[in-house]
Amino acid sequence: MSLAATQNSSAAMNTSTEAFVRFENVQKSYDGEILVVKDLNLDIPEGEFLTMLGPSGSGKTTSLMMLAGFEPATHGEIYLGGQSINNVPPNKRGIGMVFQNYALFPHMTVAENLAFPLMVRKLGKAEIEAKVQRALEMVELPQMGGRRPAQLSGGQQQRVAVARALVFDPKLILMDEPLGALDKQLREQMQYEIKHIHENLGVTVVYVTHDQSEALTMSDRIAVFEDGVIQQLSTPDDLYERPMNSFVAQFIGENNKLHGRLTNEKDGICTVELDDGSKLKAAAVNVGGAGERTTLSLRPERIEIDPSANQVDNTITGEILELIYLGDHIRTRMNVAGNTEFIVKVPNNAGNKPLAEGAKVKVGWKAEDCRALDPLEV
Amino acid sequence: MTDVAMSAPTNHAPLIAADGVPLKLKLARTTRRMKWRAFLLTVPLVLFLLIAFVMPIGEMLYRSMHNPTGSNVMPQFSVAIQDWDGEGLPSEEIFKIFVEDMTAAKKNREVGKTIGNLATRVNYEIPGSRSLFTRTARKTKNIKEGPYKEALLALDQKWENPVLWRTLQRVSKDYTLAFYLAATDRKYAENGDIVSADPLYQIYLPILFKTIWMSALITLFCFIIAYPVSYLLSTLPLRTSNLLMILVLLPFWTSLLVRTSAWIAMLQTQGVINNIMVYLGVITDESRIQMIYNLTGTIIAMVHILLPFMILPLYSVMKTIPPTYMRAARSMGASGTYSFIKVYFPQTIPGIAAGTLLVFILAIGYYITPALVGGSDGLLISNLIADHIKKTLNWSLGAALGTILLVVVLVFYWIYNKLVGVDNLKFG
Ligand SMILES: Nc1ncnc2c1ncn2[C@@H]1O[C@H](COP(=O)(O)OP(=O)(O)OP(=O)(O)O)[C@@H](O)[C@H]1O
Ligand SMILES: [Mg+2]
Repeated sequence: MSLAATQNSSAAMNTSTEAFVRFENVQKSYDGEILVVKDLNLDIPEGEFLTMLGPSGSGKTTSLMMLAGFEPATHGEIYLGGQSINNVPPNKRGIGMVFQNYALFPHMTVAENLAFPLMVRKLGKAEIEAKVQRALEMVELPQMGGRRPAQLSGGQQQRVAVARALVFDPKLILMDEPLGALDKQLREQMQYEIKHIHENLGVTVVYVTHDQSEALTMSDRIAVFEDGVIQQLSTPDDLYERPMNSFVAQFIGENNKLHGRLTNEKDGICTVELDDGSKLKAAAVNVGGAGERTTLSLRPERIEIDPSANQVDNTITGEILELIYLGDHIRTRMNVAGNTEFIVKVPNNAGNKPLAEGAKVKVGWKAEDCRALDPLEV
Repeated sequence: MTDVAMSAPTNHAPLIAADGVPLKLKLARTTRRMKWRAFLLTVPLVLFLLIAFVMPIGEMLYRSMHNPTGSNVMPQFSVAIQDWDGEGLPSEEIFKIFVEDMTAAKKNREVGKTIGNLATRVNYEIPGSRSLFTRTARKTKNIKEGPYKEALLALDQKWENPVLWRTLQRVSKDYTLAFYLAATDRKYAENGDIVSADPLYQIYLPILFKTIWMSALITLFCFIIAYPVSYLLSTLPLRTSNLLMILVLLPFWTSLLVRTSAWIAMLQTQGVINNIMVYLGVITDESRIQMIYNLTGTIIAMVHILLPFMILPLYSVMKTIPPTYMRAARSMGASGTYSFIKVYFPQTIPGIAAGTLLVFILAIGYYITPALVGGSDGLLISNLIADHIKKTLNWSLGAALGTILLVVVLVFYWIYNKLVGVDNLKFG
């Protein structure tokens, strides 16, 4: 798994001669007993939108705080623009930040909030006013300068927070779950707006979220965190279609798991004997030698019902347990090889023959759509 | 939309509920029970406040201006003397009433109506005149017939002094400002004008001002000590901050007397601190420092006692300021000091305002600690008030001083309101 991370980061290295942000063997412990971040290596080229994605407590915020300078790294070096910043205080790093609860200063108006980083930099009054106005226009709130943060809606506060992080033209912006407090619709709208701002300004963004669809929509690359380790660092499509281990397969998108034992492997295709005795062909991605346990990962939309034999490499019989009508597709829950949570998305095509609960049907898929990964204990 | 009730607001006709009763009336009826219940719940408190707070203060205000000693002791004379024009001596008629009233009063044993009461009252105005009254009162029963004027002057030549009679005329009025004058170190001159009191008797204003600036000083010290402590309390992890909070609150759980006595043991010339300093050679045995029974002692002990009242409001405000504000400020390039001044401090102002107001008002009326550790120059205005209520029994003067103190507090409160706005205060 760390293999996957280094593979991809070296790929990133090729695109830019020197990484803009670089974590090198960074470790972090708060209490001297548990490593919250374990040996973090990460290169971020300039202009990239990188998302740290992972479950709660996986060390995303901690990594971000180390980059911002609010938490010292217990071990390792962090570089920004080629310079080690381990000993640079946060106010000298020139990094813009958007916090989850926006952290807009309640005793200042919106305009004063935006002017704050410019005042610190001792800019002229006229220049400050111009920049503040431009920032407000960028986030489409040109009339709101005189209001207090408390007089704005959640979405408006969010925009102001983004504008404030950008107003002093930082090269790097960090965002820690900036949309976490918004409702779904507003969140989706803001995702596009932040994405557009990123594209227009060309700043580097490091974004933290535990919402995978948010990560998939916005990012150039995603670093999947778990337990203080980057499990995989890839582009969104890569992550979804080519997960390198069971955690990532399970965490990103919907996934069907089948547990079994490897019998043989040849040219990247392996045969796996499931616990109920049926044999399947799968892409050998992250497996040990013959006889070792493995978990197969299979996306629900890659499974066909009643396949014609020449289209698929594997067929297996399962029982339909539940049908949920979702308009464009029918979500079918089945019992396949003892897995009662086996999901198949059946497209709502005119030609498909109707399914019935309790019926036994054949399902099939191609070997390359089924990835043999590290064993996941049940 | 054709519904009558729906279109009614545009016509400004009253809204009608479904059963034809006007909606306002209906609402009032349905909420009446709730209102009564809410009111009944507050009755004990309202009664308590009325009896324990409003009435005593009203009584104090009244007593500071109303002193009926003159008319109580000499009912006829106090009416008759008001007709006198103040020139020379009063008429023979008034002298006659005076002698008769005095003879009658001599026999009176009722509290508040004896010659002694009147003598004390006049003595406030003319120090040293007390014995004249008691001496004369013993002999007036011998004056059986006129001319009364000569007879009285024969008893004591001092009765020839018109100042005495003018004072008696003033004292005979039930309502007087004399006590407010006394409380502000002024008095009625012989001709009735208001002048400042003899320098020897000018004690109240200096002590009032001393009380104000000492309260300000105590408030300042409390603030300087409490601010960093509260900050620490609000940022430390819960377990440590709870422990610290207990240390802060510990004084609350100890008797005030115990705490004050502890300070005596610490600070007296033969006390712990002096002993340690002598032992360490910082001072010699002869030059032990006087730290108690003076201003220093009062300030130290009162800062200690009032500290929690500053810490608690500060803490409760700081607790609500998330650390991300400071982080946000720093990420925007502000130094730690700048972020503190521009971002953190302004947000603590409601707590500062509440804490300083609380401590200042408590300090300005504080009584027990200065009485115990203040010595003679650490006394505050409330100690004088207590003296007048308990020792000299000059309740009117005590009440006048108390009223002045109340007004001072209200003035400060008003200024405060203008500066920070009472709505902005946050006590906890
Ligand atoms: N200030 C701190 N002191 C001690 N432990 C901490 C501190 N902050 C975080 N931790 C611990 O470090 C681990 C990682 O926390 P972190 O905040 O980085 O997680 P996260 O990935 O951001 O999670 P979330 O999605 O919930 O925000 C957690 O186990 C957390 O309990
Ligand atoms: Mg977090």
